This record gives sequence, C-alpha cells and structure tokens, in this order.
Amino acid sequence: MVVGIKDVAKLMGISIISCCAVLVCALFLNYYIDILQIEDLLSSEQAVIYYHAQVSTAKVVCLVSGGCLLLTSVVMLFFYVKHYIDTHKKELGILKALGYSNLKIAGNFWVFGTGVFLGTTVGFLGAFLLMPEFYERQNEVGILPKIAISFHPSLLLYLVILPTIAFAMLAVFYASLKLKRPVLALLKNDFQSFSKVKRFREGKDCPFLEDLRKHTLRTKKTLAFFIVFASFCFSAMMQMSASMDELASEMMAAMMLLIGMVLAFTTLLLAITTVIKGNTKTIAMMRVFGYSQKECCRALLGGYRPLSYIGFVLGTVYQYVLLRIMVDIVFKDMEGMPAYEFDFPMMLRTLVFFLVVYELVMYCYAEQIKKISVKEIMLE
Amino acid sequence: MIEVQNVTKSYGNKDNKLPVLKGITAKIADGDFVVILGASGSGKSTLLNVVSGLEQPDGGSVKYDGRDITKLSDNELTKFRKDTVGFIFQQYYLLPNMTVEKNVRMGADLAGKPDYRKIIKAVGLEGKLKKYPGELSGGEQQRVSIARALAKEPRVLFLDEPTGALDEETGRQVLDYISVLQKEQGFTMIMVTHNQNIARMANTVIKMNSGKIIDVSTNEKPKTAYEIGW
Repeated sequence: MVVGIKDVAKLMGISIISCCAVLVCALFLNYYIDILQIEDLLSSEQAVIYYHAQVSTAKVVCLVSGGCLLLTSVVMLFFYVKHYIDTHKKELGILKALGYSNLKIAGNFWVFGTGVFLGTTVGFLGAFLLMPEFYERQNEVGILPKIAISFHPSLLLYLVILPTIAFAMLAVFYASLKLKRPVLALLKNDFQSFSKVKRFREGKDCPFLEDLRKHTLRTKKTLAFFIVFASFCFSAMMQMSASMDELASEMMAAMMLLIGMVLAFTTLLLAITTVIKGNTKTIAMMRVFGYSQKECCRALLGGYRPLSYIGFVLGTVYQYVLLRIMVDIVFKDMEGMPAYEFDFPMMLRTLVFFLVVYELVMYCYAEQIKKISVKEIMLE
Repeated sequence: MIEVQNVTKSYGNKDNKLPVLKGITAKIADGDFVVILGASGSGKSTLLNVVSGLEQPDGGSVKYDGRDITKLSDNELTKFRKDTVGFIFQQYYLLPNMTVEKNVRMGADLAGKPDYRKIIKAVGLEGKLKKYPGELSGGEQQRVSIARALAKEPRVLFLDEPTGALDEETGRQVLDYISVLQKEQGFTMIMVTHNQNIARMANTVIKMNSGKIIDVSTNEKPKTAYEIGW
C-alpha cells in the first residue's frame, strides 16, 4: 500500500473541518426537516412568522457555513494529496519506474477519504448529542409547538457516506493527475531538480531576503489561502459569536466561537508548519551562512502577515453582512428582535486578541526555526 | 590563527557511543590552504563541522585569534558565521528558483557587499547572471556556490568535497578558480577531501584516520589544479 494509515493520521486538518461542517449542517438540516413537520400545527400569525424565520435561518446557515467549509475541505484535500506526492516523490517514482501505472498508484489514495469519514462521523454524532439542547434553545420563547428530534437516514447518506466516497474519489482523481510526471522528475531530489521549479520575476535590485519573501508567497498560494481563511474564521466567528449572544442564544454563540477558533488554529498551524517544513533546506543554508533566526523568519513568514489582515477585514465584513441579512431579511417580521448595529468596540477587541495570538504563533514558529540544525543539510 | 585543542566528539547514546574525534589538536595559520585528507569515516567532515562552528564538540576548544567559539551562544555563533566563515558543499545547495545573481546575493547581502558582480565575473559567470541553476552545468553550479561563499568576503572558507560531484575536467577548473581566488584574496581555506592528488595543491595536509590526526605535512611547492593527477 502506497498510502498508509499513518499518513492518514496527518489529515487532521480535513477531519476537523469536515467535523465542523457536518456538525453545523446536521444540526440545522435535522432541525429544518423536523420543523417542517409542524407547519400544519401553527395557529397564530406570530408562530408562522417565527417558523419561516427558523426555516430561513437553517437554509442560510447550511448554505453559507456548509458551502464555505466544503470548499475549504476540498482545497485542503488537494493540498494534502499534492503535499504527499511532493514529499514521497522518490517512492512513487520507483513504483512508476517498476511499471506501475498512474491509476494503479493513484488508486491507493482512496485512503485520504478516511480522514473525511472520521471527521463527518464525529460531526454527525456530535450534532445528535447537541440536538436536544439546540432544539430547546431554538424554540426558547415557546412560540412553536414542541419539535421532536427524529433521525433521518438521508442525512447520514448526504453528510457522511456520500462526502466520504466523493472525497476518496476526488483524492484518487487528483493524485492520478499529479502523478502525470516523468519518472525522472519524481526520482530527482527536490533541491537538485530544477526542471520543474517555478520561477518568478525578480525585482531588479531587490535584496535577497525581499525576493525570498515574495517567492515563498508566490509558490505557496494554497497556504496563502489558508492564512486568509484562518484569520477570516477567527475574525468572523469571534465577532459573530458576540452578536449571537444577543440575537440568538448563548449556545449558538459558544458553538460559533468554538468552531471558529478550531478552524482558525487548525488552518493557521497547518499552513505555517508546511511553510517551515517546505523550506527546511533553505533555512538550514541561510543559517549556515549566518542569517539570524529573525531574518529567516521574516523572509519566510513575514509575507503572510498582510494576508492575515486581509482575512481579518474580510471576516469582519462577512459577519456584518450575514447578520444584517439575518436581521433585516430573515427575521424582519419578528417581534422583539433586538436591533443590530456594527459593534466597533468588539471588532477592536477581536483585532487586539487576533494580533496577540498571531504574533504568539509566529514567535513559537520562530523558535522552531532556531531548532533547525545547521548541520541538517550536510547529513544528507 | 585557528587553534584546535584536544577536540573530542562522539555520536550515539550513552550505551552505544561512537567516538568520531579522539582528541584532535591542530593549528592553522591565517591565509593557509589546508587539506584534511582521510578515508570515509575518518572523522574529517566532523572536524570541519566543529572547526567551522556548525557543530559543538564534546570536549576541547576551537579558538579563532584566541576567541573560543565552542563557548559562544547560538546568536553569537550566527554572527561568527556571518562575519568570519564561508562554506562550499559537494552538493552546491543553490536555491533552485533564484537566478545566479540572487544566489550570490544571498552571501553578498549578508555582508553588505554591493559589488557582488565582481566575484561573479571572477568565476567566469558574468554572462549567466539571469540563468537559473537548472540551466547550468555541474561545474557552473559549483562556481555559483563559490561566488556565493566568497561574496561575503569570509576570513575562512570551508570546503566539503567541493569536486566530489564533478568530472575531472570540471573538477580541475573549479579547483583552479578557488585556488586563484584564495591567492588573490588571502583568506584561509580548509578543504576536506579523500582525493590524495588534490592534497598536493595545499600548503598544509592533515591526514586523519579513525578520528585521529596521523600526520601533518607541508608542501614546499604546492601544485596547481592542472599539475596534479586525478
């Protein structure tokens, strides 16, 4: 077997994201299906308005959160498959040299689907654990008749089984595409194989460190996406959870905060770890020459800082627009709905917290750079 | 002056220690061209690593003009490498996605030397400034790594089997470039090799076997790269 279970253990990022996606979608979809059963029991106009607001909320949350997380999971899956192929080029090259076809090798990548299976299963079970509390909070004011929790097998199919199969097939398909490289290109050592190296226009009189910073950013676009996504999640979910506390319930607020933080940290740590690991040799060489840990860190990670700010701004705008839609369109007819205004102090608090956390993470990674042995490069 | 005093180094854990350097003592004068000669496993590369500050010895001292580098902190060692030493490796380790010019600037920028083009010219690569390492031959790549190391004007240049991956003609060419530049610039050069012929180019030859220096000799008339056998 080319891809082992040990390798799948590294797919924690996908598992966590798919877990969050299924948790949110299972909660709201199950609630959506169950609430449809009580439509005929509604007697007052107020109850009908509240009912429609709940149905719309479920649709919007599933569409926005589920869609966003699904997209991220797909990007992350591609990233993992590509990363696996890049880091196991030699072994894969040997297999190809022995006569194994691309499809035969790529067939082993179905194992990547197990990461999704693990995540979606945990998310699905977690949703059922939270469901009694969630149903109660959704109808806290008691406008609607009691909604019974039912198990819908179709949800298990759509949220666990089909995504697992789809992701496994996607992994095989993407791997077969990525394996379409000459055997020699796979067998050659990365640091010495130059034929497929991405080149970029260098600044005319740009210093070396500046060029390295730009190059790191340009060659790792997926990682740039993850950094933007991480800060987006941090900003959006943290600010949204503060507003949810007033607009919806404490439970929704806590859930959002938790999911936001988990997603933000998972993607941020994944991205930075990959940047460091992918540049170990460059760092080692720079350290041999006498570049300080700070200079290495600035050259490799510094370029991501502006992206993280962009992610923060996008997250702020996203949460504002989403809540505006919820309050002004979905719940516009609801009586007693608190007014929603942009919470500037909360945004500032989130920004300060974000800056502290981001710099702390960068500091930890700078310390990791310090630990890269300058001899490492010579041991090969 | 570099003074290596009773340096010891072992690898492995407590139960399974493998001594690699067994009390090495040597003196290297400024501007000297020293070859450390020995078979595979003799400890020559470990000695190079220890003397250049890439690795800490278990015991003993390595002094540059009386300053013991084995006592330096990580930051001090980084500054020491920045100010004092340069490296050339068998595998070049060029940055594949950067041009010749940028690879050389990696060394030059560190020392704040804006005239790095001179050294590129000195190694005969002035016409290949905008080429990428993949577009160069092995010999040319090694010349880029020479330019990169010398662009920061190191006091001591360490070379670990610099011709190990090159054919005879290219190897001679590379050695010629290095030795000419060493004579011109006067830096100390310490080269590790297993090739006895290359040792004839050096002023001083340190022979190693099983972690010990077994002989130190001097060449009265060092040969040029084109005079030695291969």
